[in-house]
Amino acid sequence: MTDRPLALDIGLAFLVLGVAVWTIAARDTFAAVVGFVAFGLLLTLVWARLAAPDVAPTEAAIGSGVTGGLLLGASTRLHGTQTPAPGEKPGAILRLAAAALCTVVSAGLAAIVLLLPEPAPTLAPQAATNISATGLGNPVTAVLMAYRAIDTLLETVVLLLALVGVWSLAPDRVWGGFPGPRHHADPDGLLPFMAQLLVPVGLLVGIYIFWVGSVAPGGEFQGATILAAMWVLAMMAGLVDAPAVSRRWLRLLLVAGPAVFFAIGLAGFAMAGAFLAYPEAYAKLLIVTIEVPVTLSIATMLALLVAGPPERALR
Amino acid sequence: MRAAVADFLFAAAGFVLATVALGLVRILRGRGDDDRIMAAQLLGTGGIAAMLLLADAMSMPAAVDVALTLALLAAFVSVAFVKGFARLGADGT
Amino acid sequence: MSLALDVLTIVAVSAGAFFFLAGTVGLLRFPDALSRLHALTKADNLGLGLVVLGLLFQPEGLFAGLKLITVWLLTLLAGATVTQLIARTARPGGAQE
Repeated sequence: MTDRPLALDIGLAFLVLGVAVWTIAARDTFAAVVGFVAFGLLLTLVWARLAAPDVAPTEAAIGSGVTGGLLLGASTRLHGTQTPAPGEKPGAILRLAAAALCTVVSAGLAAIVLLLPEPAPTLAPQAATNISATGLGNPVTAVLMAYRAIDTLLETVVLLLALVGVWSLAPDRVWGGFPGPRHHADPDGLLPFMAQLLVPVGLLVGIYIFWVGSVAPGGEFQGATILAAMWVLAMMAGLVDAPAVSRRWLRLLLVAGPAVFFAIGLAGFAMAGAFLAYPEAYAKLLIVTIEVPVTLSIATMLALLVAGPPERALR
Repeated sequence: MRAAVADFLFAAAGFVLATVALGLVRILRGRGDDDRIMAAQLLGTGGIAAMLLLADAMSMPAAVDVALTLALLAAFVSVAFVKGFARLGADGT
Repeated sequence: MSLALDVLTIVAVSAGAFFFLAGTVGLLRFPDALSRLHALTKADNLGLGLVVLGLLFQPEGLFAGLKLITVWLLTLLAGATVTQLIARTARPGGAQE
């Protein structure tokens, strides 16, 4: 009785490789996006097999779901310009060079992973032993929100900058307007019906996954992505319209997360002697105070990223 | 007995993935784009089944939360595909 | 008692796996897009339901069981709707929304 199901793992690896090859070889963008999402879903299973239940939902939600939505939006916008001019196709030499480079990088990565010393160098034991000071039960959340909180703060700012970049793609006449086309909802229609049932449940699940992240796999990024996906689903079903990007409440919502994060970080100088340091007695309280607005902000950022640049003018 | 059940669940997960792989071959080789959209459905349902089986086989209850996430995101992505496909068609492919 | 539960799990999960196979066979063999879609959705969702039923027999607690059922219901709801939407675009007349 082996505890490693070799056939399952090998089969999964080949399936992942097969879908990856197909995605690269796909002839049109829409097919490639479908392949990419399929690839992400399979990677989720790989992460689960690697006993990484924090990375798996992140891959499913952000790597496959939201990125898939983004790529799909891009591919529909680019559809009219799909056939490259004959002079724009890369020559054989360039393609061979790219193939060689990719092979070298892959071989290098494989060598690094396979030649790791036994036991592999890791900070996991120290992270786990010091976790009681943070008041959290999930070491991954402790890393994200306590040991390396600065990285998380910078990530939220980067997302915000990306959103500003997407908004700047709007033509002048629709500046500050509504993202995306208006989706009309037939009140007796199928999609609005499903959305009316699914979205509330999805919002609850998103909040649950965010909340449980302090003691079990989960946390603000996974929860926020689920919330964002539900919002975009409601927009696609025509239940709500995308908010105009110049609305003040929207901009406050976007900025609230990074602002609170930054403010508590600055307060760390007064409270515990360094930026983003938490006094031990209040660590959990401060972390939760940061997490709630950050989750809302990230959910808004992701939803607006998928919705795209404004396409309809403010009246 | 627990180990035998775990082995069976691993085997079941592998079997489900094999059926997904077979279905994917058909879908990804198909002629039309509407074949492709089914890929999200197939992988979603099969992947969720495999994830739930793994949750029990690996004694990893967090994987059920992953399956919840997968279910919601698969729904979102499938609707996005159908909407995207419809929008492509409306522009005149 | 736990032996009986394990046997029930194995039976239900096996039945579920069989339906997944049936769905894929339908996907491979049916002639047109609509019937393939039908096979895929019906069989796979039933297979998932049987897998969930089998896993419910394993003792994990009430909340875990509720989560399992929620997963199945969400998949069912999404699957049924998306299948209809895909079918509308696959229909010769095209989508009329």
